[in-house]
Amino acid sequence: MQFSHQPSVADSLSTISGNEETDFALQDGSRVAVVGGGPAGSFFSYFLLKIADAVNLDLNVDIYEPRPFSRCGPGGCNHCGGIVSESLVQILAAEGINLPRDVVRRGIESYVVHMDVGDVSIASPAGEQRIAALYRGNGPREGGKAQLASFDGYLQGMAVELGANVVRKLITGVEWDNGMPLLQMADGRVSGYDLVTVASGVNSNFIRLLDDLPDVFEPPRTTRGYICEFRLGEQKMLEVLGKSVHVFLLSIPRFEFAAIIPKGEFATVVMVGDNLDEELVHSFLRNPVVQRCFPTDAASCVCSCSPLINLGARKRPYGDRIVMVGDSGVTRLYKDGIGASYRTAKAAATTAIFQGVSRKAFEKHFWPACKSIENDNSIGKIMFATNAVFKHSRITRRAMLRMARQEQSRPGATPHMSSLLWNMFTGSAPYTEMFRDTFKPGFIARLLVNLGAALWPERNNVKEA
Amino acid sequence: MVLGALGKIYRDGETIIRQGETGQSMYVIQSGKVEVSQSSEVGEQHLAFLESGDFFGEMAVFEKIVRSATVRSVGESRVLKVDNKTLLRRVREDPLLAVNLLKTMSHRIRHLNEEISRHRDTHL
Repeated sequence: MQFSHQPSVADSLSTISGNEETDFALQDGSRVAVVGGGPAGSFFSYFLLKIADAVNLDLNVDIYEPRPFSRCGPGGCNHCGGIVSESLVQILAAEGINLPRDVVRRGIESYVVHMDVGDVSIASPAGEQRIAALYRGNGPREGGKAQLASFDGYLQGMAVELGANVVRKLITGVEWDNGMPLLQMADGRVSGYDLVTVASGVNSNFIRLLDDLPDVFEPPRTTRGYICEFRLGEQKMLEVLGKSVHVFLLSIPRFEFAAIIPKGEFATVVMVGDNLDEELVHSFLRNPVVQRCFPTDAASCVCSCSPLINLGARKRPYGDRIVMVGDSGVTRLYKDGIGASYRTAKAAATTAIFQGVSRKAFEKHFWPACKSIENDNSIGKIMFATNAVFKHSRITRRAMLRMARQEQSRPGATPHMSSLLWNMFTGSAPYTEMFRDTFKPGFIARLLVNLGAALWPERNNVKEA
Repeated sequence: MVLGALGKIYRDGETIIRQGETGQSMYVIQSGKVEVSQSSEVGEQHLAFLESGDFFGEMAVFEKIVRSATVRSVGESRVLKVDNKTLLRRVREDPLLAVNLLKTMSHRIRHLNEEISRHRDTHL
């Protein structure tokens, strides 16, 4: 095993004195391994190298990612719905990261909520396209001629431009030698690093290797989602779905949530639910409300998968010389996973540069960013539980629809329900903020009025399907 | 029609922000070009052209004052609006985000200093 830098006099002294600050500080020539080259890994590498450059620190960063994101279908995909939230699009723009046109398959300007009692279109509050529908890899199987560019590939390219080195090798093991992490590769090679950043999500084999480590890295709870890509042609897709994401609040047993996302000539159907199986997928796709919006019989399913979805935080996503970012550690409940990758990756990179790579440093400076997401998820669980109650009653569904329609049809009306639905579905605001908004007297008063009105549908002007 | 683009399209000559109006957002140019100009007693003065990747209106993020200049689209441009609330919520958690904005503002101050110096030299 070889480490990149020779110990200096200062290094030797620090070892003798056992000074944690210097023992665990990254120095010129320090080696950093990033396992996983998706958004979390690329964001981490990009910010680590960018901040290092700002403080004149010369680091060697290896991103281990065996998949080329230029490949169509599962071989180049990261199995995700592929939405970059409104808040993340804005933050990335402020960071100087503007998503190129060939990466964004469609700019989203509204969400259409479909229920058995009717539909309502909720326009972007900003009146512009600030949500990006895209492909993490190079699009679905059979998508070779679609001239797609991969989001993950684009981010990885940014990290490479700053000096990161992509290693197309599979990591098959990890162990510690004298407090330093060693990565074992499929070809038998072993490489030592000053820091290992785990960004391999919850669907990789690598993440299971961590279960064997002597330290406690209790994994996050997961569930399975279902993702299917339908091909309908660019023009037809635009006629059917427009520039809107279509979401469904249906009272189907075991059904939680589903969305149809337009992406050029394709559309991605994403489903989330407990015990998701083929029967539930079929009953959703055959549901009259879904058929009315998107006649799946007319489109062909060209690619599908059933990935694991992170539902909570890893108990402790860090240790001495190891940190877990994105889905491997903590992510937002059901929404804005890429936003959580950005937040945790940047927090880890900033900590590594300014506070070092010790467990204590990550606990003090990285964990608060994770904890903030975790705390917000606790409120998110209450929000989703409330949504489930509302979704299963026809009266509450009618009230939500009526209230949102009224707000959308009256320019200048305070968007109480519209904002709530927009933020819930787009993941644009923290759950805590949404929860707080539901206690506003205006929201409660309007909801009560609409609940009352929903009891007598014949007196109302709500046109139902 | 560009389906995969973000932000809002502004036509040639269309005003994106107007001097004297209050603002709650900054803007990032996704494509095209915009002109920044300022009105004074002597008339409207051209200040700068900005292009893809540049941002403007960032003073509204730091100060609650009216817009100091007018920005118009030159040809067709696509511009993304960034809300103060979204930005400041994030800056609270990650102050380093503000460094990117400060870099541009610092660059503009340097440019202004050069302009003042050049202006002074021509009048001496």
